[in-house]
Amino acid sequence: MTSKEALAHPASSAETAPGIPPGAVRGAQGRGVPDGAPSWRSRLYRWDTKASPYAFVAPFFVLFGVFTLVPLLYTVWYSLHDVQLSALDHQSWAGLANYRNLLSSDFFWNALRNTFTIGLISTVPQLMAALWLAHMLNYKLRGSTVWRVVMLTPYATSVAAATLVFTLLYSWDGGMVNWILHFFGVDPVNWRESDWGSQFAVSSIVIWRWTGYNALIYLAAMQAIPADLYESAALDGANRRQQFWHVTIPQLRPTVLFTIVVSTIGATQLFGEPLLFGGVSGTKGGSEHQYQTLGLYMYDQGWIIGNLGKASAIAWTMFLLLLIIAAVNLLLTRWLRRSDDRR
Amino acid sequence: MTAGELVLPKARTGRRRATKAGKQLHAGPVTYVALIVFALVSLAPLVWTAVAASRTDRRLAQAPPPLWFGGNLFKNLQAAWDQAGLGTAMLNSLIVAGTITVSTVVFSTLAGFAFAKLRFRFSGLLLLLTIGTMMIPPQLAVVPLYLWMSDLGWSNQLQTVILPSLVTAFGTFFMRQYLVQALPTELIEAARVDGASSLRIVWHVVFPAARPAMAVLGLLTFVFAWNDFLWPIIALNQQNPTVQVALNALGTGYVPDQAVIMAGALLGTLPLLIAFLLFGKQIVGGIMQGAIKG
Repeated sequence: MTSKEALAHPASSAETAPGIPPGAVRGAQGRGVPDGAPSWRSRLYRWDTKASPYAFVAPFFVLFGVFTLVPLLYTVWYSLHDVQLSALDHQSWAGLANYRNLLSSDFFWNALRNTFTIGLISTVPQLMAALWLAHMLNYKLRGSTVWRVVMLTPYATSVAAATLVFTLLYSWDGGMVNWILHFFGVDPVNWRESDWGSQFAVSSIVIWRWTGYNALIYLAAMQAIPADLYESAALDGANRRQQFWHVTIPQLRPTVLFTIVVSTIGATQLFGEPLLFGGVSGTKGGSEHQYQTLGLYMYDQGWIIGNLGKASAIAWTMFLLLLIIAAVNLLLTRWLRRSDDRR
Repeated sequence: MTAGELVLPKARTGRRRATKAGKQLHAGPVTYVALIVFALVSLAPLVWTAVAASRTDRRLAQAPPPLWFGGNLFKNLQAAWDQAGLGTAMLNSLIVAGTITVSTVVFSTLAGFAFAKLRFRFSGLLLLLTIGTMMIPPQLAVVPLYLWMSDLGWSNQLQTVILPSLVTAFGTFFMRQYLVQALPTELIEAARVDGASSLRIVWHVVFPAARPAMAVLGLLTFVFAWNDFLWPIIALNQQNPTVQVALNALGTGYVPDQAVIMAGALLGTLPLLIAFLLFGKQIVGGIMQGAIKG
């Protein structure tokens, strides 16, 4: 409806709105503001204004609730039951048996340890490289967009495709990595079987896929730093390197914390890379379970062994782990901020 | 923090030539060399995938690894296409990722608009809930989803992978952050004074204003949906795969032919590489946009 049409419907102006003195209404009419007379049109209009926000958020919350929140709670339920893939009709109450089973299993603790170490070797170098890359991309560059897109291409590669390629690159005999290393006098490394070697190989896939993405996030934050901070730093005689450490890094702290949280969440769920790196026996995470992560352990217990109750317990343990990490992060942020204030 | 609080060491040389702000500095040759190294590391594995896909399995098992193309590319592509059922897989992935993208973009824009510009009860609480749920791992939903989908007799059908991904908390938050500043509140108020219904406002005011962000969210969602791994692996099998499920089957086969596997990896990545070639700038912009406000 255009404004002309609206003016053509002065909303049966003779009636006064309830609770408002007649004079006020007349005054309002005098200024040409349509009043809230209860014609069907204005009632519909009011109802529309009130109800539409709920209608707009409803599809999101209904779909999200049904397919994420409700399953989340059901996972608790199943984790307290004996649910076997081979006998889905016979689910019986198991209490905390699945959790007890989990905590007494060496493979669980092994997976927890692997998730932690792989998470560490994949996240720390990744974020440091991303920071450096972002710093370089922040210079005035020829073809700056091309550089950015190039750094992001690994992100376009799926976990499956990337892992298949890296597995071949890391093969023991005839693999590219060992071939390059032999120029430096390094003996062929058995990337599949060795403990640290396999964990490093799996981590390198994560690093390759995500460094460019994180660099762009840092770059965005760097470009949001006000230029006068650099100018006054330069006036104080700070060179490029000093500017980086004393202006860029402190200003980037919230973003760095954000990427640490996101990367940690990703690392906790790590699944596809170790699965495909292991080839045929992928769900075990190597012959000695060297790189079996929690995500892989859950899939192995749930869909290969067929114990869905235990898989649910593993899922909730992962979530608990994430909550602990988030809490630690929050405390760390607070502590950093407080020590900042004290300075 | 203001500039005055900065504690910086005085330059020892006493030179006071004002260096320009960091973002305006031109990159030196060292920076270019380092960037080229980064670019090589980013691109080399992909280029080498094509090299390996053009060789034979036997050649790939020998040292030194091939560094240039051989003559078997089309034979291997054909084999990967047939063995892994990549034709069906590509079509399936297109349907799945396409549906998820359209639905995520539309519903995220609606919810994002409501959170950004409309007043309603519990809006703060609901937004907090949305942000809080962004860190829920997908592992937490897969067991019940698997059991329900089996009960419904939907195992191995595409709606199994489509339905749980129709909306994302990230998308809603992303659109909300964009619309808070991109959509002038006066514009909505003016439309309201004109007596426009909420649906008309969404169609004629919100969607046009949100278009750039919708495009970016669409691209990001498509990449995410095309590459999604965990749930499709559980829900689908080789009879009716997405690209990732097909690649998984190809890689975990008992008689792996590495050249064919590389050809499969290449084919499965090709659609997204083309998308990056066409819309790389927008995707980069989207990630950076989401970062500042996120």
